[in-house]
Amino acid sequence: MPSLTRKEVEEIALLARLHMDEAALARMESELGAILEHFSSIAAVDTTDIPPMTHAVPIELPLRVDVAFPSLDAADALRAVPKRDGDLIVVPAIIAGSGE
Amino acid sequence: MSGVELWSIADITRRIAAGEVTAAKILTDTIARITERDGELGAYLATDFEGAQTAAALVDAMRSANLPLGPLAGVPIALKDMIVTKGVVTTAGSKILDGWSPPYNATVVERLRAAGAVIVGKVNCDEFGMGSSTENSAYKKTRNPWDATRVPGGSSGGSSAAVAAGLCTASLGTDTGGSIRQPAAFCGVVGLKPTYGRVSRWGIVAFASSLDQVGPIARSVADAALVLQAISGHDPLDSTSLAQPVPQFSESIAAGVTGLKVGLPKEYFAGEIDPEIRAALDNTVAALKEKGAEIIEVSLPHTELALPAYYIVAPAEASSNLARYDGIRYGTRADASDLLDLYCKTRGAGFGPEVKRRIMLGTYALRSGYYDAYYKKAQQIRALIKRDFDAAFETVDVLLTPTTPAPAFAFESKATPLDMYLGDIFTLACNLAGLPGMSVPCGLTKNRLPIGAQLLGKPLDEATLIRTGAVIESALAIGAPP
Amino acid sequence: MTELAQLLKDFEPVIGLEVHVQLATKSKAFSASGIEFGASPNSLTDPTVLGLPGSLPVFNKAALELALKLGVATGSQIRAKSRFARKHYFYPDQPKNYQITQFDEPLCENGHLDLIVGGAVKRVKLQRIHLEEDAGKNTHVGAFSHVDLNRAGVPLCEVVSAPELTSSEEAAEFMRALHRLVRWLEISEADMEKGHLRCDANVSVRLRGEDRLGTRTELKNINSFRFVQNAIDHEIARQLRLIDSGGRVERETRLWDADLGQSAPMRSKEEANDYRYFPDPDLPVMVVEGALMGNILRSLPELPVARFERYQKIHNVTADDARTLISDRALAEYFDAALEAHPKDGSGRTIANWMLTELLGALNKAGITIAQSPMPPQRLISLVKLVEEGTISGKIGKEIFEESYRTGEDPAAIVERRGVQQISDEAMLWAVVEKVVSASPKQTTDYQGGKDSLFGYFVGQVMKETQGRANPVMTTDLLRKRLGR
Ligand SMILES: [Mg+2]
Ligand SMILES: [Zn+2]
Repeated sequence: MPSLTRKEVEEIALLARLHMDEAALARMESELGAILEHFSSIAAVDTTDIPPMTHAVPIELPLRVDVAFPSLDAADALRAVPKRDGDLIVVPAIIAGSGE
Repeated sequence: MSGVELWSIADITRRIAAGEVTAAKILTDTIARITERDGELGAYLATDFEGAQTAAALVDAMRSANLPLGPLAGVPIALKDMIVTKGVVTTAGSKILDGWSPPYNATVVERLRAAGAVIVGKVNCDEFGMGSSTENSAYKKTRNPWDATRVPGGSSGGSSAAVAAGLCTASLGTDTGGSIRQPAAFCGVVGLKPTYGRVSRWGIVAFASSLDQVGPIARSVADAALVLQAISGHDPLDSTSLAQPVPQFSESIAAGVTGLKVGLPKEYFAGEIDPEIRAALDNTVAALKEKGAEIIEVSLPHTELALPAYYIVAPAEASSNLARYDGIRYGTRADASDLLDLYCKTRGAGFGPEVKRRIMLGTYALRSGYYDAYYKKAQQIRALIKRDFDAAFETVDVLLTPTTPAPAFAFESKATPLDMYLGDIFTLACNLAGLPGMSVPCGLTKNRLPIGAQLLGKPLDEATLIRTGAVIESALAIGAPP
Repeated sequence: MTELAQLLKDFEPVIGLEVHVQLATKSKAFSASGIEFGASPNSLTDPTVLGLPGSLPVFNKAALELALKLGVATGSQIRAKSRFARKHYFYPDQPKNYQITQFDEPLCENGHLDLIVGGAVKRVKLQRIHLEEDAGKNTHVGAFSHVDLNRAGVPLCEVVSAPELTSSEEAAEFMRALHRLVRWLEISEADMEKGHLRCDANVSVRLRGEDRLGTRTELKNINSFRFVQNAIDHEIARQLRLIDSGGRVERETRLWDADLGQSAPMRSKEEANDYRYFPDPDLPVMVVEGALMGNILRSLPELPVARFERYQKIHNVTADDARTLISDRALAEYFDAALEAHPKDGSGRTIANWMLTELLGALNKAGITIAQSPMPPQRLISLVKLVEEGTISGKIGKEIFEESYRTGEDPAAIVERRGVQQISDEAMLWAVVEKVVSASPKQTTDYQGGKDSLFGYFVGQVMKETQGRANPVMTTDLLRKRLGR
């Protein structure tokens, strides 16, 4: 397994939207490096033809009957919103296309 | 300690039903004890005495009206702060949820209320359940009632400390990799992680969705069985909830272990284990043998891989589950004039170092190009670990291991995150395989620190854990902390 | 687009579409809050829609059924076991900062959509149809954006075509065919104004005869049939001009702005996303049971393009009329009911004529739909039969239609009451012809002397005598016989 570079740490931090200062990034680099190093043993395990286990207990997806229940009151839905304008949630301007 | 604070659930419900005591009186005593002791212990993050008084008054009114009382009527219960409570601040031990008052209740909360339980408050935990000492709480330090210089374990440290110290009768914890069993072992109480899917996760702040389960922490196996009974069963709000009948767990308490096949997985006894823990487990084996159990050595060959598999799967799921904490709809929001900044600063400031570490680790493991080598590989190893258990359960009914390799440690005594992770080696595989697991006190070190014995059962076979645990408990009772 | 035509001499466009179809369910994909267009902001939420801590998804059975209908109707392979995955990216309209969608195990694969291009059927391959949840809505106000999460969690099907479309017209036709199909099967209300159908297009160009695909761009946000065509033409031209001037097409995502009529790049490369897909651990494997598939198969009506072909081949309807008849399921159902009431060979074309000219004309004038038609198919057929049997002329038929449409009276009864039956009795008509010819000796002589134009005069006289009821074909024949030419 490749070892972790500082650049990768920064890329991951951006992907995960985590701001960290220089010192935190440096610490992260060495701690994650040590953890990944410790985990490198898994690469040698032969898992050919072993289906990945996504759920601990095998069950099928239950399906919900299509009935609409009353929604939360907008007041309850919005009570915890840090910044809003009437019933709308306010965020800094979305630069076109910074998401999907 | 003496008096109400150490009554069992059966004591409380019987005495209330008989009119010997009111739910209000029990609550008053519990509140007094919390007020007196919690400043030092640091178990509670929030109390809801008003809500508790309403619940207690309802129990007393029903009693006066001769209406049937629920199985937990009047029982003071504390909830780990990972459990969502309507109108009662829920933070999961994180600054990012500081002050969040949820508009809904977790299913387990509704079920406890329906059973007549009196919910007194929310107790401390490692931030988002990530940790083994409760030191990762953004709010406070919780002390071990047996030794105030030591941690109570984690992540359900507040739950186990509160129960051990008599600051509630029982509590709920959550267990993703041992977070109920390890703190129960450190605090000398019983902790039970049910089979994955036995208890609804609706309203449980998610850490790692395929591993998380809620379960009871209590002062006796019988109490744990009663609380488990109240919260178990299918919930249509959780797609991973099992539609399986729930047995009467209390019936297993007195069943004994005659003829029961107890397996000792040799890999769990091979590594570095504190000699006092090894000795306590020997006593446990002897006690079980004496009560008629058959002891069989078994092998779980992939045990060593549980730690890396767990520390890939859990952080990967966590990195996804915790993406929602962005300061937009709830929680704290950092000051920022552009959106990317808002996300990064809110999350940078809102999450503690361990949470960040796991989000980073999980994000790394899910990146395209890395997914197969990490996440997928870990899930395949998980399948191998499950196969080990399936094979073992063909010859034995239950497995016995130490809960932890060492007793409660001192605050800030783990040098690196990895050192902390290594303390979880005995509890992780249970979650990876979705099995029920329980920790029961089985002795004290010479420094009077509790030692836990871990029982692992077949899927949905909590009853055998309860049956076996009750025998260990009656043979090796450790009493209450000083 | 003469410039485009010029550029297209050597190059051919290759287009693939990804269309999001809003499924017509009552509640959201993964929770029970309702769905309503135009509801007040953030009034249709619940803990799951808001992505509150502790909330969990439970999938809507109706969404699965609607997706299966679409899968079966497009001849897709249905996965007995499919799976939901999480797709991660941070965006304020997406409460969990991941979307529940399907990734490597989608519900449907390898289907096809039949398009009608220039009167013929073109079959376009569908790579996949998968289920996912919609996001909320952002509106931009100066330095801020406003978020309304009412639409968050609404169930969608994403239909992904193979890159097999070769013009913007075909792309628009693809959208029309999908729109028609999902309305036909009541999978979606498919109201474009409400964003029920939203299209992204992958566009590339390559030298004609080349097998390899060129570098593609993804155009987002094209939400009407017209925009599909404009946006794609614009993009083809942009790429061709770029190549023409020695440049290279960059792989990028561009946002179409319908107001400006142009597209702009959406995100810079350093911000490139890594979606970190993985199976959603909150949602076990979705198993499609045989019984459910059986119900879907049994409930499926004959599809529009199948009817388009049947109407032409069996019922002799013109391609244009057949296309109009399948533009709306209610229209086709009306036509089929009419055919059933009058199963005579070759009558289809006539019935279609009456339906599409007289009936649709009247309905359009009244501003109502075929479903609200005051004239049921059986009554229209009663009129068609009167004309076919020669009881009334086509011209009178139109008057009878008008009266029957207005009053609801049966056409045969109106004809009887008004005495407007066509005279097709040969002896009766011969008597009239005899009378007209004898009363016009000069005209007879002139006609017989070669003045052909006078023939019309005689026909007119016969019609006058019979108040327009004379069978025109017979009248012509008998006049020719009597006049000797
Ligand atoms: Mg797409
Ligand atoms: Zn999509």
